[in-house]
Amino acid sequence: MKAKPVLQVQNLRTYYKILRGYVRAVENVSFDVKQGEALGLAGESGCGKTTIALSILKILPPGGFIAGGKILVDGINIPALDEYEMRMNVRWKKIAIIFQGAMNALNPVYRISEQIVEAITLHEPGVEVSEARERAMKLFELVGIEPSRIDNYPHEFSGGMRQRAMIAMALACNPKLLIADEPGTALDVIVQAQVLKLMKELKEKLNLSMIMITHDLSIITETCERTAIMYAGKIVELGTVKTIFKEPLHPYTQGLIGAFPELKAPRMRMVSIPGSPPDLLRPPPGCRFHPRCPYAMEICKTKDPEFINLGKEHFVACHLVQKK
Amino acid sequence: MAEEIIRVENLKKWFPVRLGFFESIIARRPLFVRAVDGITFDIKKKEIFGLIGESGSGKTTTGRMIVRLIRPTGGKIFFHNREITRLPEKEFKPIRKKMQIIFQDPYESLNPKMTIYDIMAEPLRVQQVGNEDEIAERVYKALEDVELIPPEEFIHRYPHELSGGQRQRVATGRALVLQPEFIVADEPVSMLDVSIRAEILNLMFDLMERYGVSFLYITHDIALARHICERIAVMYLGKIMEKGNTEDIIYEPLHPYTKALMMAVPSPDPTAKRIEVVIKGEIPSPVNPPSGCRFHTRCQEYLGDICRREEPPLIHVGKGHYVACHRYSEKKK
Repeated sequence: MKAKPVLQVQNLRTYYKILRGYVRAVENVSFDVKQGEALGLAGESGCGKTTIALSILKILPPGGFIAGGKILVDGINIPALDEYEMRMNVRWKKIAIIFQGAMNALNPVYRISEQIVEAITLHEPGVEVSEARERAMKLFELVGIEPSRIDNYPHEFSGGMRQRAMIAMALACNPKLLIADEPGTALDVIVQAQVLKLMKELKEKLNLSMIMITHDLSIITETCERTAIMYAGKIVELGTVKTIFKEPLHPYTQGLIGAFPELKAPRMRMVSIPGSPPDLLRPPPGCRFHPRCPYAMEICKTKDPEFINLGKEHFVACHLVQKK
Repeated sequence: MAEEIIRVENLKKWFPVRLGFFESIIARRPLFVRAVDGITFDIKKKEIFGLIGESGSGKTTTGRMIVRLIRPTGGKIFFHNREITRLPEKEFKPIRKKMQIIFQDPYESLNPKMTIYDIMAEPLRVQQVGNEDEIAERVYKALEDVELIPPEEFIHRYPHELSGGQRQRVATGRALVLQPEFIVADEPVSMLDVSIRAEILNLMFDLMERYGVSFLYITHDIALARHICERIAVMYLGKIMEKGNTEDIIYEPLHPYTKALMMAVPSPDPTAKRIEVVIKGEIPSPVNPPSGCRFHTRCQEYLGDICRREEPPLIHVGKGHYVACHRYSEKKK
């Protein structure tokens, strides 16, 4: 692929300071997202996938901070920007986010039109309200909601429509990169399928780049070209969807895929990964997965495996692979 | 045929809609949310029966009615062929011992102020099963059954000291401690991480094999149900649309809703066919469900007037496979 990256994340470290020390939520994470590409960020709860999204937009909750690394958007280094520059130049215009649980992300006391118009006029001073309204109606059409319903309140919309309205709103200032945090959860299967289809269509139509954050691997296969698998604050494997699902190399990726039931596969006993993810206040030394890993060796307990490039855009951090 | 343990016949639950003073004058008759509107199925001994549906389809209400956390509006519930629907509370108490429930959210279903031991012992105390020694023995046994080993490690802890998967094991253990014959598992894994979901489902499966416990497994996830359920029923707006052997339904779904539901399930296999969305819109309000077949407003195989006017009966199409759709009742005639 020749497309140039829209986003480059290099050795990102994000920590949360709490009374008992630092929670190392994201540790040395590197990846990039190309123009028009959808990248999946998969992992279990607490693995740091949402923290990455919050770091990219610099909207970490109190106590959270970027401890190191670079986040480059169009060549601009995000950690170096101040709040004003973030608001005027980056958020909404370059990167927009759709939060988990669209049910609660809209303000219930304002009309949806007011909320979209606010987003536009705030980030693009000089745009008239009438023009912003016009744009909002076009966006509604784009996401498949009748534009005449723009003056409704959020409670008048169903769950799926609210999710669509959120997507419309995220596109209000023509961002290049859209981050979707768990876009499918809280929606019913059929509605989820409709929303995923919409996102795929928008990506094609607008040549959007996307980051799909989810714990559901099947959503990633459905929508993304490449995916990163995260565990305990680190990316353990990164590659094209096909490689990751067909030839996973990291034992965690293998376990995760095995734990995923497939509807049409022959009936079988499901496999789980014994144990539970570590406490990130005191992550285990060496490879963070070693206490749960079926192939753990001596070296895994002491030395952190490097993130090695196997060619064909396939990266993995595992001593087992390194040995070969 | 295996012995049946639970049977529900034409079970209904209508929740009254509370109206304001003014609205109640305007409305000609009281309004109801028809959460469950006449469903019939049975669960056999040593079987995991799956009840599948989207949110608002009435699957949770059904589960709660069977264990009498909610009183049905109509219909009958049988336990070992004995009707228990209108049994007085006093006579029902010993039956409750045989029917237990596991709730969806293990973060909310365990009392945070009680130790694991007390949580597990409470049902035994309520049912006055034996003295403290016997209770302790049973609690230890149940903890071992749910693989919280060694039990001594866990009995003095509080729920917040356990992970989600461990909590759900405690909830399962609590349901098991009375040695029930039947357990309602209401979305027991939807709050858990992918890597531990399988553990809990395998545990259910093992308990069924080992003790012959029957389960009603309530879920929205057809792919999970497929791997542990013998038979499944698909619900839509308070009605059963299709029921039968899991294999038959997965490979040969008959009802247009079941077909649409299955096409919408994303697959983790990158070489598999990508999802197609065949139906539009969302589930209508159960206060005013569509006339005739409840699915007709979204159906991709709509036949015409008959679907709008007449409610299709649940008919047998062979091999214990039932479907409620005019396409098949027409063929039968």
